[in-house]
Formats: sequence, C-alpha cells, structure tokens
Amino acid sequence: MAEYAKPLPDITPESRPFWEGCRRREFLIQRCRGCGEFQHYPRGVCARCWSSDLEWLKSAGRGRVYTFTVTHRTQARGFKDETPYVLAYVELEEGVQVLGNVVGGDPARVAVGMPVRVTFEDVTSDVTLPRFEPA
Amino acid sequence: MNALIAGVHEFPERKTVRSALEIQALSARAALDEAGLTPRDVDGYFTVAGSGGTGPLPILDYLNLNPRYIDGTSVGGASFVVHTHHAAAAITQGRCRVALVTYGSTARSSGIPVGTRERIAGDYLDQFEGIYGTSTVGLYAMVAQRHMHEYETTEAQLAQIAVACRRHAGLNPAALYRDPITVKDVLTSPVISTPLHLLDCCVITDGGGAVVLVHPDLARNLPKPGIRILGAAEAVAHTSAGRRDYLVSAAAQTAPRAFGEAGVSHGDVDMAMIYDSFTITVLMTLEDLGFCKKGEGGRFVEDGRLELGGELPINTDGGGLSSNHPGMRGIFLIIEAVRQLRGECGPRQVKNCRLALVHGTGGALGSRHSGATLILGRG
Repeated sequence: MAEYAKPLPDITPESRPFWEGCRRREFLIQRCRGCGEFQHYPRGVCARCWSSDLEWLKSAGRGRVYTFTVTHRTQARGFKDETPYVLAYVELEEGVQVLGNVVGGDPARVAVGMPVRVTFEDVTSDVTLPRFEPA
Repeated sequence: MNALIAGVHEFPERKTVRSALEIQALSARAALDEAGLTPRDVDGYFTVAGSGGTGPLPILDYLNLNPRYIDGTSVGGASFVVHTHHAAAAITQGRCRVALVTYGSTARSSGIPVGTRERIAGDYLDQFEGIYGTSTVGLYAMVAQRHMHEYETTEAQLAQIAVACRRHAGLNPAALYRDPITVKDVLTSPVISTPLHLLDCCVITDGGGAVVLVHPDLARNLPKPGIRILGAAEAVAHTSAGRRDYLVSAAAQTAPRAFGEAGVSHGDVDMAMIYDSFTITVLMTLEDLGFCKKGEGGRFVEDGRLELGGELPINTDGGGLSSNHPGMRGIFLIIEAVRQLRGECGPRQVKNCRLALVHGTGGALGSRHSGATLILGRG
C-alpha cells in the first residue's frame, strides 16, 4: 500500500465504533434510545436531548448529493495531486447529511440530487475511509 | 446601548515587516489619539485568541495594560463585531468606560493560504470534516452550488458583487487591488472550487486595526462626533446534527433582533458593510438580513444596486474581495461604517450617510459560522 499523505482521522474511544464499522464496510449512524433521533457525526451525547443512551445502527448507505464542489486548486495536505476532486454533503436515506468525497466517476458529472452509495477505501493498514460513488 | 464609538484606525499597510502585536499597538495608539484619549484611560480590552489561545493576554502584556474588563471571544472573522457589541454592553452596564477592540495579523507575509489549506482545527470534528480535502473556500463553494441549484442563481450574478467591491477599491488609495474588473474578468479567472473563481475570493493581506468605545459621559470631550450603536445581535449556525439547511445563515437570526432594537427598517439603511470572504457570503447575507427575499439575491445584486450611487452601497472600502482581508475582517467593517457616518470618505463617501449596517460572518457558511450585526448611527 502506497504511503497515505493526507490527514488521517484521530480515532478516540468516542468515535472508535464508527471507524471500526468502516473497517467492516458498514457505515454506522447513531440513534438516541431516548428520543429516537438519528445523528451524524457520531458523538457522546444525543444532539437533540443530550442523552448518552445511544445505539449504533448500520445505514443502508444510500443517499443523494445535497451539495458539492469540485476543487481545482488547493493547498490541503496531500490533495494537490488529486485535483480535481469532489467534496460533497450526501444526505442519507436515514435523513442525515454526511461530508465526504465522491469518487469513481467524472467530477464534471456530479450534480445536486445525484443518487450515490457509500463505498470504502482502506487507506492504511488501520484506517478505512468512507467514500461515495454514483449509485 | 449607552456607548459611543469614539475612535477608529485601520493599519494602512497590506504587507508589513511589523509583528501582529505591533500592528495592534500602532492601531490602538492612533484610534485613542483620534478619540482624544490616552493609554491610561483604557479599562476594557477585546481581541481574539491568538495561536496560544490566551485571548488578550499577549497584547495586554505588550501594551503594559491592566484593564478591569477583558473579552477574548474568537468566532472567526465576525469576532470584532461581537467584541464591539460586548464592549458596548459592558460600558452600558458600567463595567468599563473606555474599551479597545484590536486586531493584527501577518497572514500575507507569513504565506498562510487562508482559504485553500485544509480546514483542521485540532479538535474531535476534524475526523469527520477536515480529512477530505475540506478547505474554507470549498465549504463556501458548496453553499454557492446549492444556492445555484435551488434558485438558479448564476456565476455572473455572484461576479457582480466582486465588480462592485473592486469599483469601490478604486476610490480607496489603501486598497490592495484598485484596477477595475468586469464580470467577464471574474468568470475567466481560474476556478478554485466550483462554482467559485479566484476573483470570487477575498484577498490575503497583512493588517489590523482598532476601535475605541466610550461611555457617553466622555462624549463632550471627543474630537470627532461619536457614533451610536443603535442595535446589536449575534448568532451561530452549525451542522445541526446532520440536518442543516445550508441556505439559511446566522444573519436570519440576528437581523430581526438588531433591527428591532434599533427601531429602524431596511429602507432606512444608507450603506452596509457586509462580510465578503467570498461573493456568496454577501449574497446569502443580504437575503438573510432581509434586504431581499430568500432566493432573490442573484437578481438583487445586479444593475449596480450595491455600488456607490445605487440603492444599497456596500463595502465602500473595496471589501475583503479587493482591499483588506488578513484572515479576519470584522474590524474593518466597523471602521469603514464609522468613517462613512462621519462623512470622512472623500471620493467614496455615501451622500448624507446617517445609518449604516455592519454584518460580520466568521467560520464557514458550509459547516459552522458566527454572524454578528450592528446598526450604527450618527450621535
């Protein structure tokens, strides 16, 4: 595996279930057992009622592009040689928006509303990142 | 609120060999001088947290000051608008009588790629945001893209905002870029992050400034007419647990409160200083402040409405897009609005300017940001 030159997630006990899910190729989202609300990004409390009683559920991994940008010029570490690349908010069927990269297609064909599905990329021996690709 | 703006100063250089602390010291001295006050009079101090995270401590050390009221609120470029609100509130409550708001930055000479570097803050959120090549310009660009999708706003409409600011910069000898530009120039400038081009993005400068606020008891000794703070409001908007409408900014929360406190309406505003990190920032802010309906910003900014002589001249100094943006710009919004209200702006003066609106935006419209509004009037 070529050395990954981009920033990596700083995984902590709070976020480890999410990243372990990615290793298993499952995109996990949290749901509050108290109020039933889904949320992303995952965190230690429910963003609605602040309960700590949260469960991890496997998302169907399907959604649509809420918005996006094709980056042509960047100083972001490790991304200079990747341009043009797509940064997007994807709205999952479960109703939460997820920030990430849309890969596996011509950036010029990405559009708001485009159906996408989650895919995974092992970027190091320890870390797997979620990606989105045209569905 | 029972406080007046008595002195302002914008550091004149756009590239400097001075330190961020010296920029603030020189600006503070000049603003106090304009207010007819001395360092011994200062008993309230407001500035952002520097890289050490200790707020006003380094500059208070540098200036050898011991104020009785301090505030290091750091919410991005809007911070100094928030500081001015807080300073006016503190003076109104009798917590201090002479407040200094200062800013200094050497972003340009330090070669900091403010807009295009990865947006990594060193906190828990980075692992869900900053690792994807996420830059400041990218986050604003996504808002522009959604706006274009939802409301058929065009790149040419966004470009009109850059053209207006550049025209005003041509009337400001201190502005970084002063040669006029056209919509075509904006649209043919390199694409940074779609749909935003280079000329949709603010400049990167060194710079800083200072604002002095005083209790009205001190007003009769002021060399310059004091400027009143008629209304002030601040708010935040964020990712909302993954359920955010990114086409509504914090300005939608601040506008009713600031206009309500001031007891004025949009038609009373003679000029506005609108934070212009990117052209989309201005378009969104004008809509959310209520100068036009949501979705109509594209048409609103056409036909020279935002230029001197138009219905709502904005950013008469040339804005962050053409004059000055050393990483954060909020203090310049206040400085220019005060000068307009005093009638000091020469060739770029708005005729009979009696009421000015300032709105600062800090952070990123496409993730989380602060918004702060001030409505300022002649004393």
